[in-house]
Amino acid sequence: MNAPVKLAITLDRLALRQRAEISSIDWTAMSDNEGARLRALGLDEGVSVEKLHKGMFGFNDPIALRIGRMMIAIRKSHASAISVVLPA
Amino acid sequence: MSEASPLIVLAGNPNAGKSALFNALTGARQKIANYPGVTVERKSGHFQLANGHPVELVDLPGSYSLDPTSPDEAVTRSVIFGEQQGERKPDAVIIVLDAANLDNHLRFALEIIALGQPVVIALNMMDLAERDGLTLDPAKLEAALGVPVIPTVAVRGRGLEKLSAAIDKRLTDKSEKRDLVVSEERGRGLRKQAKTIAAQTIVAETAGRRWSERADALFLHPIAGPIILLAIMFVMFQAVFAWSEAPIGWIEGASEWAAAAVEANLADGFLRDFIIEGAIGGVGSVVVFLPQILILFLFILLLEASGYMTRAAFIMDRLMASVGLSGRSFIPLLSSFACAIPGIMATRSIADPKDRLTTILVAPLMTCAARLPVYAIIIGAFIPARDVGGGVGLQGLVLFGLYIFGIIGAMLVALVLRSTVAKGPNSGFLMEMPKYQMPRIRDMLLGLWQRAWIFLRRAGTIIFAATIVLWLMLTYPKVPVDSPVSQVDYSAAGRIANVIEPAVAPIGFNRDIALALIPAMAAREVAVAALATTYAIDAPNEEAEAKSLTERLQSRWSLPTALAFLAWFVFAPQCISTIAVTRRETNSWKWPMFMLGYLFALAYVAAGITYWTAIALGL
Repeated sequence: MNAPVKLAITLDRLALRQRAEISSIDWTAMSDNEGARLRALGLDEGVSVEKLHKGMFGFNDPIALRIGRMMIAIRKSHASAISVVLPA
Repeated sequence: MSEASPLIVLAGNPNAGKSALFNALTGARQKIANYPGVTVERKSGHFQLANGHPVELVDLPGSYSLDPTSPDEAVTRSVIFGEQQGERKPDAVIIVLDAANLDNHLRFALEIIALGQPVVIALNMMDLAERDGLTLDPAKLEAALGVPVIPTVAVRGRGLEKLSAAIDKRLTDKSEKRDLVVSEERGRGLRKQAKTIAAQTIVAETAGRRWSERADALFLHPIAGPIILLAIMFVMFQAVFAWSEAPIGWIEGASEWAAAAVEANLADGFLRDFIIEGAIGGVGSVVVFLPQILILFLFILLLEASGYMTRAAFIMDRLMASVGLSGRSFIPLLSSFACAIPGIMATRSIADPKDRLTTILVAPLMTCAARLPVYAIIIGAFIPARDVGGGVGLQGLVLFGLYIFGIIGAMLVALVLRSTVAKGPNSGFLMEMPKYQMPRIRDMLLGLWQRAWIFLRRAGTIIFAATIVLWLMLTYPKVPVDSPVSQVDYSAAGRIANVIEPAVAPIGFNRDIALALIPAMAAREVAVAALATTYAIDAPNEEAEAKSLTERLQSRWSLPTALAFLAWFVFAPQCISTIAVTRRETNSWKWPMFMLGYLFALAYVAAGITYWTAIALGL
């Protein structure tokens, strides 16, 4: 039996209703303050997220994520700095 | 006296229901001021503990952590640490937690508990958590944290007595033993600990009736969402006119009755003229707009309290990004449709300083309620009440157009500012979207009452004073009996206006407008009062005096002049209060002066273009 292969993508490419776990965040892609706000809202390595909504037709930006029981809005530009792994 | 009463502070994440708890505990007896030197609001009130002891309660700005990322959060931190200028060290902290959101909210709670101050936890919104399918055991949370935990439903006033008793106990009995060792690792460690404690507290979890999520499937739909938002805005602006007709009629009736009563009971002379022309005529013409302002505020309060406002920000974010702003700016800008002052104050939630500055600078371009009186009187006088088809009236359409004109102006100005004076990298958009909530009638009424009071106080002070000064300047010096010059031309104000007139003549403004523009700087709505007063004084006889302001405008202004006047007020240099609040919020004279200058220039150009275009079209 092979170990299940975990697929890693960035958060902005997650499909609607898809759950994933944050594997790494590229903190250099944002300012310190933005990084702190990200963590304050519960976005950090090891956290599971689910993509709930995407923005206006034609843009699909920003996106809304479920983190725990909170819903968080984040722009795709930030989401692309966040890597997630899909559950096997 | 009150200095001696213990100080209790409310701390918690945004959207934990802190303000609702604050309202429930203190009722309408609230004092709103600013912390010295910073632009952060200090909301305080008093209430009595179960044993009758009075305590002072301060609602701290919502925070996610003790490591601040905004000026608001910095104040929360320094108050809790007892380092805030102008604030005593709190005697106890009430930490407000959203029961449905424990693992997120507990992180901040753990940080505060680690400081060792007397703490009571209000486990708030228990009803929503239950509706969400969560069964919580407050006793387990209490055991895990080592501090008292009181379940509350602030909006229904549940749990308040127990909370008050727990605070009382905290204040008298300082001895306590806490076994909890809070993780020193601020990031991951704290988060894990919060998650563990939350898991211990939740005894059962079912799917629940996730109605909030189902609502979002509609409101945040990529196509339906923007359409619904547009529809809500449309209904809002229609309602401002449709619902206000009757109450405006009552206020007009009351002021006519008051004027008639004064006329019947006072001998002809200075006092009678002063009261009828100056006080009742001037202030009355402004107070008449109270219903419209309240309707606008009612919508904004409802949208905010229900949680929809953050969805609007989500939908608008991408569009705002195209002019260098973010969805965060949408909320302050929408509030600015009521009044730029609360709008500019609401920019505090924008983390990026350049973003915030741009939002402040364009906020006065949103058509505030004070411009409504000006628009309403001019549109009423010059735009025919014709149906353009489909039940849409031409007057309403013109008004809608003026709003749109302001919005487009704001967007263009924002774009220019973001690439010049407020240059900087495009800021992000990170925001929590709380669950929908049924707005509570009592909170809505309290909010409306506060707005109404602010407006009436303005009408009774600034607007009253400006009107009276103008009336005196228009009435004196008295024109000699057989002089061919009119009273207005002979008066002090008229002479000043005659000096200004050549400067505004190229954009189609007459002397009366020049006269109205000066006091309108105090408050825009004074422009209407000023015109009313001017024409009342200038009336050659009783019969002419009985003519309405609308009729007088029609006989004295050309259509191009009226349209230019409307265009001027789209950009109209804002009232003194807006300049004052901009100075406070930007902490400099530079930006309010910049704002004043660019708005003046835009208003002049827009009025000129409108006037000459209208002339060219033969209107």
